[in-house]
Amino acid sequence: MPAGLNRALLTVAGVIVAIVLAIAICSVAIIIAGASPLDAMGAFFDFGATARTQSNGIAAFLNRAVPLFIAGLAVAVGFRMNLFNIGVEGQYRIAAICAAYVGSTFTAPAPIQIAVIIVVAAAVGGLYALIPAVMKVTRGVNEVISTIMLNYIAINLAAFLVRGPFAGERAEGQLSTTTPELSESAMFPDLNFVFDGFGLPAPTRNGGLWGFLIVAAVLGVVIWVVLERTRFGFDVKASGLNGPAALASGVNPKRMVIAAMVLSGAIAGLIGLPEILGDKGAYNSNFTAGLGFLGIAVALLGRNKPVGIAVAALLFAFLDRAQGPLQFADIPPSVITIIQGTIVLLVVVANEVTKRIALRLEERRAAQELGRNTPVEVTA
Amino acid sequence: MSADTLATAKPAVELEGITKRFPGVVANHDIRITVRPGTVHAIVGENGAGKSTLMKILYGMQKPDEGTIKVNGTEVGFRTPSDAIEVGIGMVHQHFMLADNFTVLENIVLGAEPTNVGMLDTGRARRRITELAVAHGLRVDPDALVEDLGVGDRQRVEILKVLYRGARILILDEPTAVLVPQEVEELFQNLRELKAEGLTVIFISHKLDEVLDIADAITVIRRGTTVASVDPGDVTARQLAELMVGSELPTPETRESTVTDTVALKVANLTMEADGHRPLPKGTPLSTYVAKLHEEGARLLLDDVSFEIRKGEILGIAGVEGNGQSELIEAIMGIRPAHGTIELAGQDISGWSTLKRRESGVGYIPEDRHRQGLLLEASLWENRVLGHQTRAPARKGIWIDRRASRADTERIVKDYDVRTPGVETLALALSGGNQQKLIVGREMSGEPAFLIAAHPTRGVDVGAQAAIWDHLRNARAAGLAVLLISADLDELIGLSDSLQVVYRGRLVAALDPSDVTPERLGGYMTGAIAGTEET
Repeated sequence: MPAGLNRALLTVAGVIVAIVLAIAICSVAIIIAGASPLDAMGAFFDFGATARTQSNGIAAFLNRAVPLFIAGLAVAVGFRMNLFNIGVEGQYRIAAICAAYVGSTFTAPAPIQIAVIIVVAAAVGGLYALIPAVMKVTRGVNEVISTIMLNYIAINLAAFLVRGPFAGERAEGQLSTTTPELSESAMFPDLNFVFDGFGLPAPTRNGGLWGFLIVAAVLGVVIWVVLERTRFGFDVKASGLNGPAALASGVNPKRMVIAAMVLSGAIAGLIGLPEILGDKGAYNSNFTAGLGFLGIAVALLGRNKPVGIAVAALLFAFLDRAQGPLQFADIPPSVITIIQGTIVLLVVVANEVTKRIALRLEERRAAQELGRNTPVEVTA
Repeated sequence: MSADTLATAKPAVELEGITKRFPGVVANHDIRITVRPGTVHAIVGENGAGKSTLMKILYGMQKPDEGTIKVNGTEVGFRTPSDAIEVGIGMVHQHFMLADNFTVLENIVLGAEPTNVGMLDTGRARRRITELAVAHGLRVDPDALVEDLGVGDRQRVEILKVLYRGARILILDEPTAVLVPQEVEELFQNLRELKAEGLTVIFISHKLDEVLDIADAITVIRRGTTVASVDPGDVTARQLAELMVGSELPTPETRESTVTDTVALKVANLTMEADGHRPLPKGTPLSTYVAKLHEEGARLLLDDVSFEIRKGEILGIAGVEGNGQSELIEAIMGIRPAHGTIELAGQDISGWSTLKRRESGVGYIPEDRHRQGLLLEASLWENRVLGHQTRAPARKGIWIDRRASRADTERIVKDYDVRTPGVETLALALSGGNQQKLIVGREMSGEPAFLIAAHPTRGVDVGAQAAIWDHLRNARAAGLAVLLISADLDELIGLSDSLQVVYRGRLVAALDPSDVTPERLGGYMTGAIAGTEET
């Protein structure tokens, strides 16, 4: 399908231009900060001197990408329907603590225990997203506002739960509170054997390469299939492209809002699991925060498509990983945030521009192909 | 004014060899038009012939690639519409650009406000507007709110707005498209007065009778170029049309009646409140409730509407836009709640969802295809699926059957003569007529029992119009019941088996299309003729 291919190539070209521009802009920022952009570049690709630190670096990079990818998927499901689920942040925090707690209350064979934890996380996330969805369809409350408010509630509720009802035993000298430790059978097997295949030593920090990567990849494929191939996906697409047309063709907008929000929330519920099941074995008070908000940027960058989101998540994780090396090179690590911000801004602009160009090309192509046989027609 | 007398020697507007290329297509090619000052000059052509591009060039919205524009003998080069306004060219758009919540005066001065130490000088503005209104016979109340005005009044406000900015050359883009015959006559009276004042009017239209009525000179555009300049005295409407199309013409005339005795759709006492749907109080029959609403003076969008459509019948609904047509459609489609009953083939469907109604054979050609009918940024085959996502061939269990959908789209493209490079093309790349043919093809798929056709040929060219009329007629002959809503009175009279007039949410007259004139129809539509007439 050459038309589609053209569009895809154009998009990729736009993104590359945007990233190159972002790097140029950030180089200026780095120079202003008194460092050399080249050193910074070096730091991004500096995975350490020894084989061990290299594999740790790679594992940290991929481990960071997994939750970002899931967060991007969660946000994208809403975006596809012009629903702005800003509440991914709250949904994953509340889902993570509930899943960690429920998982710690029993011990079962590994597959069952892990499955239960995943289901609990998805259910809690989905239910928490049901609140703004119901508010929207019954009372017309804008989901942006309600989800932002619900984020505060979720974050503080999680902080309360981890200190109160869901608190586990605090080890001697430990400053953070935490939920009870999960049993060994709840921990997701790691993927460290992959490193053997490349002749690298297995990573040692933070539980190695988290096995949840596999779940995330499967999830990405499933979401792609649901959005691109099913009737539900078609309804989502139609509602997103043209609400009134979807309504006139029998799509129930209220049901779609609820379905998309709950699906988005259920995916969001899984964001915290890689860390819990792969490393920490519990939800503690310094659990990684902000993934939901980053998910918005990742979804924007990935144009709400699973493949794009995967690339965007890898890019963000790649940049995030350089925190340490940048500090060693005497460059403020906040440079990363600047790069991420400029990339998102520029890519969003580039997307809009390339989309318009692509649409115009399409019109032109149609006009050209039809131009040969005359536009005037008369039926007897 | 002496300037005008001097200018009579020179043409008001002279276009020489105007060519405008868009990538892949030539929108205008070697256009030559000379407009004498103090005349009404009509430019006629099919939709898509290049009229609007030409007007955009003349109004400074687009730059020509080649050719020259002379205004009152001086060559000009416009970069923006303000350059055009500067030399006295004003444009009255087809879709009014007025702020509803402003008064007439505020709308007229908007963007060119006279000020007195930074404050809006309403006194000066009012004097100026009254002067202009009196001088040109354009009666309006400067203090009326625009939202309370009818279409004809709004148009006069638009014209005054342009005059207020000092325009001596007026471009009117399809000004009669939204008017009923009486209002058209009034507009023409205004135009004649403007002409008498020495103003020049460029009148774009494809309604040939009107053009022959008002124009002093006519230029015909076909496929982007000027094909003829004629004197209205020398041609008939038919000859003009043939110049426009380049061959013989279609008519909307239906042949012999195919109306059967089987009722396909029955609508009874359909009533819709303006301020939101309220459920019927328990135990109250609908008639009492409606009577109570009448008593309270509640505004009703639909007021006790009842009708039947039999298989093989086309029922036309005539009415000035905004008298309840959209609400009627939305009620029948189940998009908006209403009181009363709707029966499809004897089955009460009033409580059904839109989807269920569609599945049981209700087709819908929406009045605004871009808003309700298409996913512009999706491919043609995806647009084929729209509204049929739960039915064959689009559905396969929980999946969308892409292959079958594509194949069926190919069928529509072929049978309905949709001009497209392929079914993967995005819908927005098609011309309006081809988009509409795709929609007609889609809605005729899956053997509908009843079809709502709202303005089925609006904004499509003559060729596509004829094709769509043919499809409607064929479907009617095959037993389809059609509810036809249109602003084109010829279309209504020509296609319908029976006609109803809707006025302020009520069906006020039932007419026989075989012996009604557009003028009489217009009388009912504006409420000028009251009372119900049964045939």
